[in-house]
Amino acid sequence: MIYAALFYAIALFTVAGAFGVAFSENVVYSAFSLMATLLGAAGLYVFLGADFLAAVQLLVYVGGILVLTLFAIMLTHQISDVEVSNRAVGRWPALGLVGFVGIAMATALVRAPWKVSGEVVAKAAGEGTTYGIGDAFLGPFLLPFELASIVLLTALVGAIVLSRKEIRD
Amino acid sequence: MEIGLNHYLVVGLLVFLAGVFTVLTRRNAIGVLMGVELVLNSANINYIAFSRFGTGGLEGQIFSIFVIMLAAAEAAIGLAIVLGIYRKFQTIDVEEVDSLRG
Amino acid sequence: MTNPILVDYLRWIVLAPLLGAAINGLAGAWLQKRVGRHAVTAVALLPIGIAFALAVKGFLQLLSIEPEQRFLLDSVSKWMHIGHLKVDMAFWLDPLSSMMTLVITGIGGLIHLYSVGYMSEEPSYWRYFTYLNLFTAAMLTLVLGDSLLTMFVGWEGVGLCSYALIGFWHREWANASAGSKAFITNRVGDFGFVLGMFGLFWALDRTGQGTVVFRELAQRVHLLDGQTIAGLAAATFVTLMMFVGATGKSAQIPLYVWLPDAMAGPTPVSALIHAATMVTAGVYMICRLNFLFDMAPTTLHVVAAIGTLTAFFAATIGVAQWDIKKVLAYSTVSQLGFMFIAMGVGAYTTGVFHLFTHAFFKACLFLGSGSVIHALHHEQDMRHMGGLKKYMPITFWTFLLSTLALCGIPPFAGFFSKDEILWKAFSSPLGSPVLWAIGTLTAGFTAFYMFRQVFLVFYGEYRGSPGGHGHGHDDHGDDHGHATTAHDDGHGHGGHHGDPHESPALMTIPLVILALGAVLTGFLNVPGALGGHHVFDQWLAPVIAKAAHGEGHGAHGAPAAVARGHGVEAAVEHEAKVLEHDLETVEHDVEDATWEYLLMAVSVTVAFGGILLAWLMYRRKSLDPSTFSEAWSGGPYRAVYNKYWIDELYDATVIRGTLALSNLLATFDRVVVDGIVNGAGWVVRQVSALEGAFDRGVVDGLVNLVGSTSLALGNRARALQTGHIYSYLYAIVIGVVVVMFARLL
Repeated sequence: MIYAALFYAIALFTVAGAFGVAFSENVVYSAFSLMATLLGAAGLYVFLGADFLAAVQLLVYVGGILVLTLFAIMLTHQISDVEVSNRAVGRWPALGLVGFVGIAMATALVRAPWKVSGEVVAKAAGEGTTYGIGDAFLGPFLLPFELASIVLLTALVGAIVLSRKEIRD
Repeated sequence: MEIGLNHYLVVGLLVFLAGVFTVLTRRNAIGVLMGVELVLNSANINYIAFSRFGTGGLEGQIFSIFVIMLAAAEAAIGLAIVLGIYRKFQTIDVEEVDSLRG
Repeated sequence: MTNPILVDYLRWIVLAPLLGAAINGLAGAWLQKRVGRHAVTAVALLPIGIAFALAVKGFLQLLSIEPEQRFLLDSVSKWMHIGHLKVDMAFWLDPLSSMMTLVITGIGGLIHLYSVGYMSEEPSYWRYFTYLNLFTAAMLTLVLGDSLLTMFVGWEGVGLCSYALIGFWHREWANASAGSKAFITNRVGDFGFVLGMFGLFWALDRTGQGTVVFRELAQRVHLLDGQTIAGLAAATFVTLMMFVGATGKSAQIPLYVWLPDAMAGPTPVSALIHAATMVTAGVYMICRLNFLFDMAPTTLHVVAAIGTLTAFFAATIGVAQWDIKKVLAYSTVSQLGFMFIAMGVGAYTTGVFHLFTHAFFKACLFLGSGSVIHALHHEQDMRHMGGLKKYMPITFWTFLLSTLALCGIPPFAGFFSKDEILWKAFSSPLGSPVLWAIGTLTAGFTAFYMFRQVFLVFYGEYRGSPGGHGHGHDDHGDDHGHATTAHDDGHGHGGHHGDPHESPALMTIPLVILALGAVLTGFLNVPGALGGHHVFDQWLAPVIAKAAHGEGHGAHGAPAAVARGHGVEAAVEHEAKVLEHDLETVEHDVEDATWEYLLMAVSVTVAFGGILLAWLMYRRKSLDPSTFSEAWSGGPYRAVYNKYWIDELYDATVIRGTLALSNLLATFDRVVVDGIVNGAGWVVRQVSALEGAFDRGVVDGLVNLVGSTSLALGNRARALQTGHIYSYLYAIVIGVVVVMFARLL
């Protein structure tokens, strides 16, 4: 019972955050709503037994991406700006379109014959997933893992090249 | 009622819709990027829910890690581009940035 | 070796200098400004003292136990446990690492002390000592690490510190680029090291016994038998790759080019890093992995060949250099070559013994040259020196003693170690008379160029301009500006402040101690033929899997094999072999001793010949050096003077090649990739323009007909072509919706 209540609370928190991002009038508020969603998602991961992912979510998203976003906001707006900085246009057509997407997906959700094994895997429940994930990354997923590092390196170089001031010689 | 797969899928769906709506309506480039983050997060919630209730294995979690990794790369590049746009146009309103107009 | 004695002080040998580096690195600038240089000095010197004291403590503890049990282990924490890879942050002390630790902290401490005097006028005094302490910590990690991975941490750490210290005066382009050159050249070697380490783990892991911990490797290395990597026997592949790493760090052909340039750093750094410690890392590594190299005779042949070539070529280059430090640098390369000859013929202890004695006399020579350079206000060209004997007697005498040691004149240290190497190169089953002949010739060259240096620097008349400092032709003009002012008020020479002067006591005391070492350390390993007992070899015997060839064979071979846990069968077999070999050696001994005396006599004669030649040319001047430099129309001399154009060759091939490739890729990028992108953009713009016109003319009309609801949609559709992001986003979402409904309905 407490488990269910806790789940609903976190789910509500997550979804509320998401809508905050969508509807907030100030981009800084949007960013903080995004944080709520990300935290909520981390909570859901814990519920799903993905402890390592929850930690990664906190570190990468909340600690990294969100801070980066806030920096970008600071760099592109005057701090003293109090006016609406998060203009939204064409809400009604968008809402209609999103409604269609929602209906389609909800239909799929209801109709699909989900295969649920129902078993809680010992790893997920008991000893934590870090060991298994580490093993998988150095085993069957080694190649994607290495490719990921190349992608990150490229992104790193790319971000530096893009954001520095152009030097003309 | 016990919390099952559908509960998580509904949360994922709602976050996804909010993300799509954000992407569609925002005129602030950073806002658009936040919408993309929401979409990616909803995908992650689904991945992990499937991983937990479907296979019971770790594959879903591993894919989520790749998604998080790509999201980090995307955020870094995206925001770098936004800063570049700001430097060039003095604005990040995507409506005013239309050099590619035909 | 099976049951290590657990201790918990070894970590402090590494941590103390690291702590010193951290304090000076973070607060050194503040300390120097507010409290004074003495505070920085104290922070830097105290940890080295502690490390030295602990090293001595470890040494004494080792002495107090049975030779086969001499093995202390300090396991600090779990480090990496991934799959079958289990590595702990652990330090171990066995006879070999104990010896290295004593050298690093002992000689390192003396050089720290010397630096206090040498760098006293340096503005970034604290930065210098931060690097120096950090280097010491890294080198100690390299030596004390109990696995290849821990060793690699130190291996990279010393490379980094070497880079930072070579480019210490980084405001001058030559120094900064010398640092980069050292770093990049070392990277090539490190790549080999990493490949070797991976190969070793991988090959062992195939048998389910993967490990990189030395003491486990020693027991499991026989599992490599019959395995192959890339078509080579596994042991050969691994050792070859490891040797590539060693050529980078220890400046052997083909990766030696960085060491002479490394002389751009402060002279005490050259003494510590580029003579006594870091460059010997490759030798240490091979000795540490001797059980592995023993399995790969092919690699040993390569090692011996490379060592011989390096020793010879570096010695010939040294003959024609005018920079006082460059001569010593090439001499270091050459002496490292000797150590690799010893490794290559399987005489590991002998090579390490040369490492040990070389550390003393080469550090002393470098510090002596530093004392000269200091006295002459950063003059490094030997053509502008001379007659310094009367100005700086302490420097002269210590320099002379170390030179004698380096030349292999009995009874100084170099005689015992170098002669032992030559003897092993001649007599070992893996050696050959050719190695011996080239080695002896090289020893002759060594004697010649070292005494050429002594005569040029300390004898004759002073050729520098009195009162003149900061000569323009000095290509390592480190920091003329502040050196000038510093000496003006620092030494109070008044009107003739250009006159050379003896260095302060802080600098001469280390010189004297090191010179004593250069004289005395040789007696630690007096060969049997001269009535000695090979004390040093016996000390190292438990480390070496197979006992040293030649004398003292039976005593330690068998226990070592047992300790390695080869199993009873292997041990019995080994013992049988040892007995057999012993019989042979007994037979040989009578003959051997005669040979040994003979070879000793020859090499000493050659060394004296070199000295005599130098004396005739540069002291008595009855022989004109130009008769040699002009020989064969000056071809050989020019080749040697220009260092065989190796730098130019690398520049033309590797560096130009890389640049050309980058340019090619850049051009490809500019012309082809950009062309495609621009072309695509152009096409899209044309199509959009067309469609825009179409939109305005036709679609608008239709939309007006459909009515206001379709007007909004029509406007959106038109917006698709406007270059706005959100119009594309809409297109995407609409597409998704359409696909979804098509599937669902």
